Amino acid sequence: LPFPVVLSVLLVKPMFSPRIFSLISCRRTDVLLVSPWLAPIVWEGTFNRDILNAQYRQKNFVVGVATFAVKKYVRFIEGFLGSANKFFLSGHRVNFYLFTDHPEKVPSINLAPEKRLFIIPVQNYSRWQDISMNRMDIISNHIHSHWRYEVDYLYSMDIDVQMFEHIGVEIIDTLVGTISSWQYTKPRDSNSYERHPESRAAIPHGEGDFYYAASFYGGSVSEVYKLTTACFKGVTEDRANGIEAKWHEESHLNKYLLYHKPTRLLSPEYYWDEELIRPRIIRVKRLSSVRKDLQELERLTLLLGGLRELLVPCSSLDSLVSFFFCREAKCVL
Amino acid sequence: MFICDLNQDLNSSHQRYSKAKTLSSGLWKSFLNLKSFLFSYFSFRMIYTKPQILKRSDVLMMTPWFAPIVWEGTYNSEILNEQFRQRNVTVGLTVFAIKKYVVFLKTFLETAETYFMVGHRVNYYIFTDRPEEVPKVALKEGRNVVVLQVQNYPRWQEISMRRMEMLSYFSQQRFINEVSYLVCVDVDMKFNDQVGVEILSDLFGTLHPGFYTAERRSFTYEHRPASQAYVPSDEGDFYYAGGFFGGTVTEVYKLTKKCHEAIMVDKANGIEAIWQEESHLNKYFLYHKPTKILSPEYLWDDNLGRPEILKKRRFLAVPKNHAAIRNK
Repeated sequence: LPFPVVLSVLLVKPMFSPRIFSLISCRRTDVLLVSPWLAPIVWEGTFNRDILNAQYRQKNFVVGVATFAVKKYVRFIEGFLGSANKFFLSGHRVNFYLFTDHPEKVPSINLAPEKRLFIIPVQNYSRWQDISMNRMDIISNHIHSHWRYEVDYLYSMDIDVQMFEHIGVEIIDTLVGTISSWQYTKPRDSNSYERHPESRAAIPHGEGDFYYAASFYGGSVSEVYKLTTACFKGVTEDRANGIEAKWHEESHLNKYLLYHKPTRLLSPEYYWDEELIRPRIIRVKRLSSVRKDLQELERLTLLLGGLRELLVPCSSLDSLVSFFFCREAKCVL
Repeated sequence: MFICDLNQDLNSSHQRYSKAKTLSSGLWKSFLNLKSFLFSYFSFRMIYTKPQILKRSDVLMMTPWFAPIVWEGTYNSEILNEQFRQRNVTVGLTVFAIKKYVVFLKTFLETAETYFMVGHRVNYYIFTDRPEEVPKVALKEGRNVVVLQVQNYPRWQEISMRRMEMLSYFSQQRFINEVSYLVCVDVDMKFNDQVGVEILSDLFGTLHPGFYTAERRSFTYEHRPASQAYVPSDEGDFYYAGGFFGGTVTEVYKLTKKCHEAIMVDKANGIEAIWQEESHLNKYFLYHKPTKILSPEYLWDDNLGRPEILKKRRFLAVPKNHAAIRNK
């Protein structure tokens, strides 16, 4: 069958003075495109989503997304699901697995037909670090019990994020890590790896490739199962020795991905910490953390409560508040 | 190269952020245990320089469908070698020495011993109609020669195209049980520099050395719609060489089977593609995109000169007298 896409400008020599033997220049020469173990690094301008979609559609995959909204984090659910419904693998089948200790607080959201939401009750812990680290255990158990029959690929994402730009099938690969937006310019030794040898997450000085963010990682179910099991094993062993790694499960994730190298890396476009100024090399902010300053959130809630009647109809105050914090939202005030 | 002048901005905001976080995670210090550290589930260390900046900005490093294009300077052999050794991979190298082409085997095998997949397990699969003329070459440990007797054909074009049939047959019959990856190359060549595990992928092809700078309209695809190898003039990514391709046994089986079937259909319709099986290969790669592409370093002819972007010439054509050697 004739291939539907005609590859265009990307593969033609640039218009400016061509050297006799220069091959087609890639559109990004300012960033690293391929890791030293030949895993692609996904930056805007380096891929053609039409080709990727055509390759992907033939295979009829289902992708799962595991996310946790515990205690006060339930307020982020609507923003997360609303933006994910629009921007995450749009047009492809996705199962959102939402773990929460307040299932009654999950707002009803109209999801696209190929997207499904599963709400799974989970207990909370007093320390946020424990909530964060136990995610690994919960994910690995669920993969083992039923996700391996339901999805082909699984991604773990933080709930306190919103998507502003399409995230598509370019993220689908066997083992995928996201380069941290805080760390991508750092030399190896000032990376935030756990360095104390007593921890299972320790990476000795002189070792390390990139610093990966625990806010967005994934891959095939079997690889994610291996990753989460190994990381949680490290967390448990550390707990038994009374140690906690510097960045909790993110330290364990970094150790795992150092010795089991990802097959694809996502640039910081795929998890951008909102507190950072966005440099030019990050051309697109696809997924960004949402402001967690809860005091400010509460103050604003009171303020907006008073102005509510004056505003264009909004479905709920919570959505208005998260809408307001979403920079790209246009809200009449 | 990451933009360095932004470091300052990022550093200062990072310091503010990290201070806030370290205060809350200082608990473990009071419970320090002086147990000796064991890498219990990681059994090795690898020391190498941290991946940094882009070393090659003069060439395309990745296709729009995320297939890396392998050039010198884009990969780290140590990391890759370690990954493949852990998987205990055996690589099959297939080569066809039909009729007088047996003369190329000695140089081919000797140079392969020096440069091809050094340190890994290799099976050389030599397809020949003259098994007694296969030279005995000293092999390193973990490497074997397997001679497969096949028939010859009167025309060299036929011999060339029948390689697809033989590869697909033997892939299914034998290679699937013996090797993880297949590398299929021409025999009238010699290895001149490292060709290692950096080439291995599910499905890979090589950029033809004569066309890597060419525009799409110059590619010598088969342009006659009557042939199964037909590629419309507004389509085409690259022009791949028929002399170096490969992948996992399953993928190579699918490729060679498809190409062979297409060749047979053409035969029945009384047409032969302009560059024989290379045309069919190119059509296959257009609609089943390779997951890795090898630069012309991996298939070069010194008659094309030594351009600056070619940092290494790994696999070179051996000069031959076409008239003397073909059809004999």
